[in-house]
This record gives sequence, C-alpha cells and structure tokens, in this order.
Amino acid sequence: MGKQMNVRAIENGTVIDHIPADCLFKIINILDLEHETHQILFGTNLESKRMGTKAIIKITDRYCADDEINRISIVAPMICVNTIKNFQVVEKRQVEVPTQVEGFVKCGNPRCITNHEKIKTRFLVQRDDVGDLKLRCVYCEKSTSQHEMVIIK
Amino acid sequence: MKKNLVSINDFSKEEILHILELAEEFEKDPNQRILLGRVVASLFFEPSTRTRLSFESAINRLGGRVIGFSDTANTSVSKGESFHDTIRTISNYSDLIVMRHSVEGAARYASEISPVPVVNAGDGANQHPSQTLLDLYSIRKTQGTLDGIHIMMVGDLKYGRTVHSLLEALSHFKTRFTFVAPKELEMPAEYKQHLDVRKIAYTETDRLDQYINDVDIVYMTRVQRERFLDLMEYEKVKNAYILKNAILAATKDNMRILHPLPRVNEIDTDVDTNPKAYYFNQTENGVYVRMAIISYLLGVKK
Repeated sequence: MGKQMNVRAIENGTVIDHIPADCLFKIINILDLEHETHQILFGTNLESKRMGTKAIIKITDRYCADDEINRISIVAPMICVNTIKNFQVVEKRQVEVPTQVEGFVKCGNPRCITNHEKIKTRFLVQRDDVGDLKLRCVYCEKSTSQHEMVIIK
Repeated sequence: MKKNLVSINDFSKEEILHILELAEEFEKDPNQRILLGRVVASLFFEPSTRTRLSFESAINRLGGRVIGFSDTANTSVSKGESFHDTIRTISNYSDLIVMRHSVEGAARYASEISPVPVVNAGDGANQHPSQTLLDLYSIRKTQGTLDGIHIMMVGDLKYGRTVHSLLEALSHFKTRFTFVAPKELEMPAEYKQHLDVRKIAYTETDRLDQYINDVDIVYMTRVQRERFLDLMEYEKVKNAYILKNAILAATKDNMRILHPLPRVNEIDTDVDTNPKAYYFNQTENGVYVRMAIISYLLGVKK
C-alpha cells in the first residue's frame, strides 16, 4: 500500500498537478470552476519535494481542451495535466505556452484603453531578462509580469 | 491593405527612410496640392497646440481639407458616446484620421475599428510616432546621416515617451547612446535590454558635462517635479540638468541640441541664439514629416 493521498483519487476526469500554491485561485478562475457542476476536489499548500508547496485540482468527468490548458500555462508554466480513466492515468499532457493570449487576463496598466472601454484584451507572450513570462499589451504596449496578472472572470 | 502609423514599430527601417526622403522632397517644394478633394479628420480628445497645428498645417499645404475638434467639450463624447462609436462614425466622413487621446492604446483600437488609416498623434504616455520621425529627420538633416551617430539623451529617461521611441527607432542605425539622468529617472531596464540584444553600446552617467564634448546630438527632455516621490531629491537634482551656454564651449562643431518642446527651464534662454540650438528648426521639420506620413499612408506618394 503506497502513501496515502492528500486528495483522494478520482475515477474519471482531469488532474492538474504541480500548481504553485499561490496560483490555485487564478487557475480556478481561468477554468471557470465556480460554475462547474461536476465534482471537484482541491488541495493546496500541500508538501512537494520539488516545489516546497503545491496545489492540486481534480475534476470528475471533465476533460480540458488544449486551449484551456495553454491558458493555464500563462500563470503556471510548470503544471502537469493528467487525464484519468478508470483510476488510471491514460494521458499526461505537456503545457505549451501560446505566443498570444486573448480575453482572460486584465492589462496591468490602469491607463490602458482595455480598462476604459469594452474591449477584449490581447497580449503577445514574451520573456523578461530572467526568463519569466510577461504579457505585452497589443494596445498600450506595456508589459504585465506573471505575478501581476489578474484573471478576468 | 490599409496602413496605419500607431507606433514607431509599425514602420520598418526602409519605411522610416522612405518617409524621411519624402519629407526632404516636401521641404524643397512645400506646396504640392496632392490631397485636393481629400478630407482628413483631426480628432484631439486631449488638447495639444503644437502637434495639432503642425498636422493641420501639413494637410493644408497638401491641399486637403480638415474636419475635427480640438477638445471634446462640444462633441458627442461629452454626451457619453463610446470611443468606438465616435471612431466608427467619423471614419465614414474622412479619408484618414489623425488622433490624440489621453488613454494609452486608444489609437491602436481606433485603427482596428476604422476602415481608413489612423495616425497616432499621441496616446497618453505610450507612443507619438510623428515626433519620433521628425526627430530622426532633424538628426539626419543636421548630421548628414543616421548611421553611427553618438546621441546623448538628457533628463527624464524613465517616463519620457519621446526618448523611448527615439531609442527604438535609432537602434536600426548603429547609434551610440549616452544616457544622462538622475538615479530616479534613469533609462528603464527593458530599453537597455533592447540595446543589449542588438549589441548596441551605451553609457550611463548622472553628470551633464561628462560626455557632452564627444556627442553629435544632445536630446534634452524636462525633469518634472511631479515625477519625484521625494521632493528633497528633486531639489537636489533640478539644476543639474539645465543646459547653459557655458558648458557648450568645447562641444563638437557639428553638435546640435534637440528638444521635443515645450521647454520649461531645462535649456537656458541664453542657448537660443547659439548656432548649435536646433529645437525651433525641429518644429518646422515636423510639418514636412507629417506631410510625408499622410501622403504615404493615403498612397498619393509612393
């Protein structure tokens, strides 16, 4: 018998693992889990050898589309997405950071037009000098860094 | 396809040079009525004197007609009309839109809505590309080239949009940069990174007199009091960045002083009569450059 799981196993669905603990609620927003009707299990501030603390989300009977996963990668590029069938991992998906993101992140510049008119936000994904992701707004041309990102519901 | 000028990065190096050549042509022959029968909308959601009149002068010299407003008080914007609807409507009345707005990204958004070309005449602290092109024109005209010149940028290098756009545009041309600013207002890391990536050399100092005798262009900007969190710091540095005749004595003969204007006190008036002062000629160049931009975007000059 292996180590007991902090968050119990699910029979079918999706497990999103290796989420940095402080990104959990952003990911809940991105996936709009607030309005999800399937059973969801969360754990956060769990011990992780690799990350210190981590969070995990298990969603029963829901399978994530590629673009949903790629959206998550904007706030948490290191996550791991597993598809579960009959308690077994049948697919492990690598997240791919997209080159552009639309509509779900707020521009961090309060003087940007997207914060004044009803406009879908649009960003180019870039990396700063230490390799962290940042989003360059197509409109105001200012960058929003990863830790400043606010998710639009 | 419709072409806009929203950001200086919308133009390639070749397009920039093409605009400068067209501007040179207009300087030689300023009254070419090639916009006869065309209507240009001049939409100043935020007031501006110099830029608006310079654009309107350019349009008039080309024989075009201008419609528009210089502030929003008497427009439907004050009734609460959305920016989107204003642009949608006015783009039906005109062949090209020149606009200034205090909100950053407004011009890019307008260019997405409007079927006619949009020229950004300033969007908040973001972009003001016609200023950048007239700066380039002034540098080329006074130095004979843009390649390999040494430019010293002075003052507020942190928030100054003109210096940021000029830096990006000049990075096409093997320019050498010297940045002169107090610690609080030094050039942001992302622009230095932009130069590093392109292997362009730059030097930083907080002293105005240190490299002034080595440079071809001194580009002055204003150090604004409201940029300082600590007013003691402002008091300490405010006089350190004022250009006076006394420190110009040993500068190079070809050196010219540029300033995007308005000037407050960062260039002493005693410099105005110095043959190296070029900031008023710079405003004249602005008209030719704007004639070039408008006729290029409308396709009346290839």
